[in-house]
Amino acid sequence: MAKTVKLMQGNEACTIGALAAGLEFYAGYPITPSTEIAELCAEELPKVGGKFIQMEDEIGSIAACIGASLTGKKAMTATSGPGFSLMQESIGYASLCEVPVVIIDVQRMGPSTGMPTSLAQGDVMQARWGTHGDHPVIALAPGNVRECFDLTIRAFDLAETYRVPVIVLSDETIGHMREKVVLPDPSEIRSVRRAAPSSPAGYKPYAAEEDGGVPLMAPFGEGYRWHVTGLFHNEAGRPTNSGEVADKLLRRLSRKIEKNADELADYAAESLEDCEIAVVSFGSSAMSGLSAVRRARKEGVKAGMLRLKTIWPFPEKAVAELAKRATRVIVPEMNLGQIALEVERVVAGACPVQRLGKVNGELFRPEEVYAAIMSAARGDDAAGAGRAAGEAR
Amino acid sequence: MSDILRYFRQDMLPHIWCPGCGHGTVTGALVRAIDKLGLSKNKVCIVSGIGCSSRAVGYLDFDTVHTTHGRAIAFATGIKLARPELTVIVMTGDGDCAAIGGNHFIHAARRNIGITTIVMNNNIYGMTSGQYSPMTPKGMYGTTAPYGNVERSFDLCELAKASGATYVGRATSYHVPLLIDLIHSALQNKGFSVVEAISQCPTYMGRKNKIGGAVEMLEWIKDGTVNVKAAAALGSEKTKGKILIGELHNAPESEYTADYDELIDRVQRKYDKFQGGLYGCASNSD
Ligand SMILES: Cc1ncc(C[n+]2csc(CCOP(=O)(O)OP(=O)(O)O)c2C)c(N)n1
Repeated sequence: MAKTVKLMQGNEACTIGALAAGLEFYAGYPITPSTEIAELCAEELPKVGGKFIQMEDEIGSIAACIGASLTGKKAMTATSGPGFSLMQESIGYASLCEVPVVIIDVQRMGPSTGMPTSLAQGDVMQARWGTHGDHPVIALAPGNVRECFDLTIRAFDLAETYRVPVIVLSDETIGHMREKVVLPDPSEIRSVRRAAPSSPAGYKPYAAEEDGGVPLMAPFGEGYRWHVTGLFHNEAGRPTNSGEVADKLLRRLSRKIEKNADELADYAAESLEDCEIAVVSFGSSAMSGLSAVRRARKEGVKAGMLRLKTIWPFPEKAVAELAKRATRVIVPEMNLGQIALEVERVVAGACPVQRLGKVNGELFRPEEVYAAIMSAARGDDAAGAGRAAGEAR
Repeated sequence: MSDILRYFRQDMLPHIWCPGCGHGTVTGALVRAIDKLGLSKNKVCIVSGIGCSSRAVGYLDFDTVHTTHGRAIAFATGIKLARPELTVIVMTGDGDCAAIGGNHFIHAARRNIGITTIVMNNNIYGMTSGQYSPMTPKGMYGTTAPYGNVERSFDLCELAKASGATYVGRATSYHVPLLIDLIHSALQNKGFSVVEAISQCPTYMGRKNKIGGAVEMLEWIKDGTVNVKAAAALGSEKTKGKILIGELHNAPESEYTADYDELIDRVQRKYDKFQGGLYGCASNSD
């Protein structure tokens, strides 16, 4: 078992994770701070017989990935906010048509062109609700370089298992940060492939158990001759205008995720057992948050950290559990309160939730989160605690 | 006839097209060209966007994808690059292809990727009930051109040619044998092929412009076109304002996915020792 020890960047780790998961196709359009992923795919994919294409835009990129996935290939694209926005229509298509695809969104400051090289985590809600209509989606947020590797592999596994688009919600700091990582031997990585039918006879492309079942997916070019359409469709894949069929379809799609919420929930907890001041965060903000929590502990404050690795579906149980003991939940994030909205929904008034939003493009300094924790420990109200945290409001 | 029916998903019929619509004629021409070539149904994949024209793929018994508006060529690019051995065909409308999908169209042509694109041009947005399209001639009417269209229209075949398509032809729903022939040739070209199929929309184009029903529209199409070979003999005076039909461009060049496969060969020969070398130059391996 040969482990590999390397100094690498988050974006590099995402790419290597994708290759380890069996990536066969990449289509993308360059955008900071994600571009290294495209560059590395262009270099590495041909070596393993895979395909890379630089499309004319992100709309085309996601479309090409979906097309490749229909032939049975594992496909991925990477982008940042502006490109992620352009992909939304076809992300909905992949959701409805149940085509596995992985999208890495290395978040930068927006809206619009924003500050292209600066850190933000403003795409949390876009990842969930960016496309129109109710639709299933999964989003994972790596919190360090090694997790870029792990969660990209997991993204492929989940995309293939549930036949949904999976978004890896990275950010500028995680993507560009270099860390020493120890990677497992490639032979230890067991990646999943979508379940396929065994014969075209009687194949119904969308036949599945009503309560969140996942249909079998046939690759194109193998005699199944099935129809894929973004119109609502019945089990045979034929378009329908029946409200009843549509209702059943949308509920099945949504149950695919709901039903498996426990398996999908993924997070790292530190010192939550007896924690009174809980910090809930993700991605790069959680790095500063964790350092603050540890320092507060040393000062005798019962602080704890819940770092979300799965963002969507939102890990409700873990958050509800911590709210039972906590006297305050602090949510540091590089936006003006997106994950905080979910935390507030789940905590449902059990204790105050303090938004610690930051939108100046600079990573949280641990002191900023530390100040908020200490102020909460003193019993300042949430607004006061926000002021104590200085610029991090 | 029965031979042709086997290319259709008969459970999907009747189709949604209006009486007198030309899209069925174009679909029939495609199927006849496929039949003439003897392609296996299992190795042909047909992709469309959104519009009346794009509904065609639902009726056809192949692997078919009815995608998002304007994106058929981009989806098809992924399919073709992932599985170059498949025959990949795009069926699209004038709005789908020339407006919202214009960028994918010119870039697929530039790459010379092995996709045959059939543009069903009814000069109007049929599905959304008669708005003008980039192919509506100047001065003609649409629901969003109530005083006559002030925009100029594209010559899509010239656009395809200028963008690098290696096979380009134009026929109409009136000139069916020619249409079948052009599609037949287009399917044999290894690179990006475009066949513009002028098609009648009596419901919107015909009514809005007082051209009449399907028959009058077919006559209008016939009178408005001239075969490229005949045009040379007739001279510019007699062909002024007429749309050229026939094979307009046939200049084979190396095809994109074949070139990419060659690149893979080249790279793999160079990185012969690259076995499971997932982590790149694993210099610090223990
Ligand atoms: C993103 C998006 N914009 C607009 C529409 C609405 N729409 C559906 S079909 C269509 C026009 C189709 O026209 P054309 O491609 O000429 O095909 P036809 O219906 O005439 O065959 C439009 C604008 C849509 N479905 N999606």
